[in-house]
Amino acid sequence: MLKILKYSFFDLMRSRWSYVYFLFYLLLGVVLLFLNNDLSKAVITLMNVIIILVPLIGTIFGVMYYYNSREFTELLLAQPVKRSSIFLGQYLGVSFSLAMSLVIGLGIPFIFYGIFNSSAIWDFSLLLITGAFLTFIFTALAFVIALANENKIKGFGYAILLWLFMAVIYDGLFLMSLMYFENYPLDKFSLIATMLNPVDLSRVLILLKLDISALLGYTGAVFQKFFGTNFGLIISLAMLILWVLIPTGIIYRMAKTKDF
Amino acid sequence: MKHLSYFSIILLLLLSTSSYGNDLEVCKSCTYKSIKEAVEKAAPFDTIYVKEGTYYEFNIEITKPLTIIGENNPIIDGKNKGEIITIQADNVTIDGLTIVNVGTSYTTDFAAVRVVKSENFLLQNLKLQKLFFGIYLEKSNNGKVLNNTITGDAVHEYSSGNGIQLWYCRNVEVRGNTIKKVRDGIYLEFSDEILISDNNSSGNLRYGLHFMFSNHDTYINNVFANNGAGVAVMFSKFIIMKNNTFKKNWGSASFGLLLKEINDSEISHNTFEENTVGINVEGSNRVTYTHNDFKNNGWAIKVRGACYFNVFEKNNFLYNSFDISYNSRINDNKFHGNYWSNYTGYDLDKDGIGDIPYRPVKLFSYIVNRTPETIILLRSLFIDIIDFSEKVSPVFTPDNLLDENPLLKPIRHD
Repeated sequence: MLKILKYSFFDLMRSRWSYVYFLFYLLLGVVLLFLNNDLSKAVITLMNVIIILVPLIGTIFGVMYYYNSREFTELLLAQPVKRSSIFLGQYLGVSFSLAMSLVIGLGIPFIFYGIFNSSAIWDFSLLLITGAFLTFIFTALAFVIALANENKIKGFGYAILLWLFMAVIYDGLFLMSLMYFENYPLDKFSLIATMLNPVDLSRVLILLKLDISALLGYTGAVFQKFFGTNFGLIISLAMLILWVLIPTGIIYRMAKTKDF
Repeated sequence: MKHLSYFSIILLLLLSTSSYGNDLEVCKSCTYKSIKEAVEKAAPFDTIYVKEGTYYEFNIEITKPLTIIGENNPIIDGKNKGEIITIQADNVTIDGLTIVNVGTSYTTDFAAVRVVKSENFLLQNLKLQKLFFGIYLEKSNNGKVLNNTITGDAVHEYSSGNGIQLWYCRNVEVRGNTIKKVRDGIYLEFSDEILISDNNSSGNLRYGLHFMFSNHDTYINNVFANNGAGVAVMFSKFIIMKNNTFKKNWGSASFGLLLKEINDSEISHNTFEENTVGINVEGSNRVTYTHNDFKNNGWAIKVRGACYFNVFEKNNFLYNSFDISYNSRINDNKFHGNYWSNYTGYDLDKDGIGDIPYRPVKLFSYIVNRTPETIILLRSLFIDIIDFSEKVSPVFTPDNLLDENPLLKPIRHD
């Protein structure tokens, strides 16, 4: 598996797309810092970008890579290699290279700006950690979709739909249900609904760390009480890890039984 | 002739003050060992000089016109036994004393200095520490409270007092005081024609300044920072608020300025910076807001309802999460010629005024007003999308709530 991981990883490292992706984040970081001159503000803007773009690129890239390397996969399948290690290796290769582009691309400008001497270091590292998690989660989901659909067009369609659902539609439904049930106590409901969507969970985790959390008022206080404790932080990290593990498990099972 | 008459009046005044008025001294080796003793023995219009040292005294009652001056910071220590100085006479001056350890009581409001039903008092250069109430003015008129430093150590709202409290007073000047860590920095109740200027009221448990049922008052050039909730002005009319700074009142239940039932007032040239809510307005009519700066607040202005005929003109709204929040669909307030940093319009005729109107109320802030729990979706992509669609064609927010002439550049207030 490690060999395939390594191969996928270096294959992607050589490809144009990961450079474009890396350069995009590098440019974004530089421009943000240059325009803002304020680290914590830059972190807020960056958060908006990360919780939308990272899942999108993760899904699209994952699906694209799977379909593009299909012939190579078939070649590998003819060799005496374990099936699961082929797919898991590919998945991990893609997500590692994407996560690395993100972390290094954003890390370099912030390091040069002096993030290590700033109090925003924890917010920033939380941002990178959640960004990396989102990459792993959405690449895994993309692989699941790609494995389930032979048809490329269908696969891409489902992948986009998945992203749309997680990033936009889920919040819409969330908002509607909050407004519909406004006469009931909604603290627990909103906590659980937030936990269930990795995009929302990352957003709330970062928001609570920033000054802006005071805007959240009473609801914010409930959330702060939950996420502010170690227990809450562990639960939310566990939730993110679970979001990585479950799709990976599905990839594992699908890879075993899939017909080529 | 006129000059001569003025001159003679001044001369007469000078003569009259110097004609009676002996000097008494209080110190360890003087005739008078304690202030209480000196006050008892003094004749009206005498001056008592309190020398350096610590005096353990409380319940000093002044019932005749006196001037008490502290030299080299004498300390009066009340040993937490009760009130320190009570003034019940006109023309009393107290200057340069340090008063510590005022008693705490839940039935009587012990104060470091209390003025009861007196006129022409002057309290200045006092340092009050470890106190319950600081300066308590009760039904007293025409006095001055200048350059005092009040530092409390309040922990709980129920067991602490206010820095400067005015109750049924008229025509009092409160200037240049520094008030920290008490319950309310300055508290006014039923007090009219009060001038509050150049004070710094910060780090207080509740409000920096608190107004109740007080009309025709002015407060200018004050700084209110880091207070538990901010400044509250309630149930008052004809208030002028100018050149004040409200900053860092940051917390889930904080605001810079709370207006409740305030009518016919003027709010101008103030700076609201980094408050959760810049101004929280409720039931206020005919108030004009001009030349204010709202910077980096969560909400710049939150309008809670029953607000009519208010005018917002020539203000700068800079980088607030929400500019205006509104909870009704009816609008009777005017927004005119403000600068909004969130404005995205254009100016084809280059007259400095945007060609398309600006809508300061976002749909999301309307939703949050209805269902506060939805705030958890702050900065979600979905919210940005519905905000954008509402901006293009308003359905929920009042469609006449707009600034027809938004400016393209921030206003410089002169």
